[in-house]
Amino acid sequence: MAQLEALVRTMFEQGFLFAFLGLGVLITFRFFRFPDLTAEGSYPLGGAVVAALIVSGWHPLLATIAATLAGSAAGVLTALVHTKLRINNIIAGIIVMTALYTVNLRIMGAANVPLLDQPTIVGEVVRGLNLFGLGLRDNAATTIPITFVLLAVAGFALVRFFHTHLGLAVRATGQNEAMILSLGVDIDKTKIVGLALSNGFIALSGALIAQNHGFSDIGMGIGILVAGAAAVLIGETIFGDRTVGWWVVAAIVGMLIYQFLAAAALRVGLTANDLKLVTAVLLLAALAVPRFRMRILK
Amino acid sequence: MSILALRAVTKYFFRGTPNQVKALDGVDLAVAAGEFVTIIGSNGAGKSTLIKAVSGLAVPDEGRVEFEGRDITREPVYRRAAAIGRIAQDPADSTCAVLTIEENLALAEKRGQRRGLGIAVNEAARARYRAALAPIGLGLENRLGARIGTLSGGQRQTLALLMATISGSRLLLLDEHLAALDPKTAEIVMTLTGRLVAEQKLTTLMITHNMQDAIRWGSRLLMMHAGRIIFDVSGEAKSALTVPALIAKFHEVSKGDLTDDRVLLSGGNG
Ligand SMILES: Nc1ncnc2c1ncn2[C@@H]1O[C@H](COP(=O)(O)OP(=O)(O)OP(=O)(O)O)[C@@H](O)[C@H]1O
Ligand SMILES: [Mg+2]
Repeated sequence: MAQLEALVRTMFEQGFLFAFLGLGVLITFRFFRFPDLTAEGSYPLGGAVVAALIVSGWHPLLATIAATLAGSAAGVLTALVHTKLRINNIIAGIIVMTALYTVNLRIMGAANVPLLDQPTIVGEVVRGLNLFGLGLRDNAATTIPITFVLLAVAGFALVRFFHTHLGLAVRATGQNEAMILSLGVDIDKTKIVGLALSNGFIALSGALIAQNHGFSDIGMGIGILVAGAAAVLIGETIFGDRTVGWWVVAAIVGMLIYQFLAAAALRVGLTANDLKLVTAVLLLAALAVPRFRMRILK
Repeated sequence: MSILALRAVTKYFFRGTPNQVKALDGVDLAVAAGEFVTIIGSNGAGKSTLIKAVSGLAVPDEGRVEFEGRDITREPVYRRAAAIGRIAQDPADSTCAVLTIEENLALAEKRGQRRGLGIAVNEAARARYRAALAPIGLGLENRLGARIGTLSGGQRQTLALLMATISGSRLLLLDEHLAALDPKTAEIVMTLTGRLVAEQKLTTLMITHNMQDAIRWGSRLLMMHAGRIIFDVSGEAKSALTVPALIAKFHEVSKGDLTDDRVLLSGGNG
């Protein structure tokens, strides 16, 4: 029972922090219909920027915002490589991801930057709330609601964005380029907007995770795109293909489930390295299940 | 004063290779504002390429394309799109399947304008879309929230037609937009096309393989062959045309070049 409780706590704490990654991947993987490997670079970029800035004395909030913007810049870069140099979008992502490895290492100055004794964004919020004499502590019990509020605001803003004139054009760009082009939309621009948004969310996730885990590591982005895609697909398997609002909810719930399964796998004795295989199997299952279901229903 | 002019437009595909195709061969064409031009011709005659040179999807190798006095030969598609509506043969091309009817219309309404962060579909917009859809009589005004992908081909082309004309286009390009539809639906969509073109006084280029339609609709008829306009008729002479006369004309001007006229004929609707 205590074990399950711990699992559920991990699910919500890590799930909400990683959910930003899920939302970022949702934009490219589902709306733009391609796996954007920039994620593997922009996620650790978020961690690297936030670590370097916090260590050098920046306020965690400003450091997190800067990390998010850095991720967006990486997304813009991928979009520019793809649109201006006419390089395939997956290859463009791989190129930027590879370049970011060096950039991240330079930003951090080392392969790993510990943040254990540093202020964090959640810690600062707790401190702020305690000014009202609440006597809260900086632990999972406070991290979960604080992250949830942040996630809810970001998720709501994302859904709203996709209902604006610009947001609709971004979505249509991923679905029918020829059509949206003939409606007078500069698809180079909408691709830039979409990738900036996606990688901003992904870097934000990296920045939050680095603060939560107490370190930023050069290898933290390995396999991150697959984790995000798995969450999106798990959510899709549950909720099906509905409105943007549901897609966002699905990506968040998918990430919660993914984190629950990952934590459970660790608990039964698998190591973090084994998780990559578990993730691959999960992804495969999430991809295959809808097909099977279709066949059975026929 | 012509609204659209093609001056000695030539377009090659696979230029400089053994597979070189001259899709357009020095085409000269001036279209007056308000003219409704139907275009017929055998497969591979260059009809689609002609329309693509105007919409920007194909950039000519030689010659100029002018629209409203402006040289648009090399202008990107999205920049000339403000005034040019286009519908292709495949219903999947002109509408966005995963978006709803109202979202597609909202995208079309902003044709050529800056797209900002205002909410795209509000009640006022819905009222406008209902008013525009109701007279068509397909009941689409009650299904604004339905995804385009759930509509029939005819319904999609009808919507494409509305999207191409909703925001003050001045030129309408139709590339076999009825070809994927059954005869009855094709008739309905064609009638709507004629009505919208007349109401909005749209200058229109319409490619069709249906010679009846080509004769019945429009004020001018072009016949293309091997990248050239080989027959150009308007006014009384056009009204007097018949299908057999058109076929005879085709054999005359193509000098028996094409022995198989089925490609031109292709029967009833299409
Ligand atoms: N994208 C392309 N790449 C290579 N060749 C092309 C391309 N588009 C058209 N062509 C060639 O150019 C010529 C003219 O094609 P076009 O599509 O304009 O003909 P069309 O008159 O529209 O024919 P159809 O009635 O079959 O639609 C054809 O020989 C065709 O094979
Ligand atoms: Mg054609």
